Amino acid sequence: MKIRLLFFAVLRDIAGVAERELILAEGTTARDVWQSLRESYPKLADYVQPPMTAINESYAAPDAVLREGDELAFIPPVAGG
Amino acid sequence: MQYLTDDPIDPRALIQSVLRRSDGAYVLFEGVVRDHHEGKAVESIFYDAYRPMAEKEIERIVHEVEQRYPDTALAVMHRLGHLVVGDSSIAIVAASPHRAEAFEACRMMIDRIKETVPIWKKERGPGGEEWVGWQGRC
Repeated sequence: MKIRLLFFAVLRDIAGVAERELILAEGTTARDVWQSLRESYPKLADYVQPPMTAINESYAAPDAVLREGDELAFIPPVAGG
Repeated sequence: MQYLTDDPIDPRALIQSVLRRSDGAYVLFEGVVRDHHEGKAVESIFYDAYRPMAEKEIERIVHEVEQRYPDTALAVMHRLGHLVVGDSSIAIVAASPHRAEAFEACRMMIDRIKETVPIWKKERGPGGEEWVGWQGRC
């Protein structure tokens, strides 16, 4: 299945892009995607737990299973206001 | 409703958008960029957002505060992009027939926004730049 992974703030700086398209096996969770990011980007290696997770513009559990066409984003600590 | 802007915030327009003839008071809150954070000098801030989600999240919080304070009318505008010291990053208006509710609703609104709305800031100063809240978290 295909999903879109969006990068914001510090994660966009680390990834160097605003978004990526990922081809994933059925059953892949947001947490699984985070683990693969940790392997791809050494700056994330120490962050064992994923940040807050959003699927299709709503907060979701990191263990939520992703589905075809989902828009996934990891939400670093927010600092609005 | 639109809650995010790339332009300077016009607080008068925000007040006019909610004030009703039945209101006896409104509270206007503005958050402004200050020149320091945790002991470091700050010259400017870049605000970034997951825009569609941030709009939805602010909308959800507006409904939550309106449920708690049903007589209060709320308006919110958060500015994004590059801001310098003294610029307003957010304005909130809470209008109500009585002042107590207006103060409380305004306070609840800004506190909630700071908790969950996907907006981030990168502070710039003489020592470099840094995303606020990232170091040592997650």
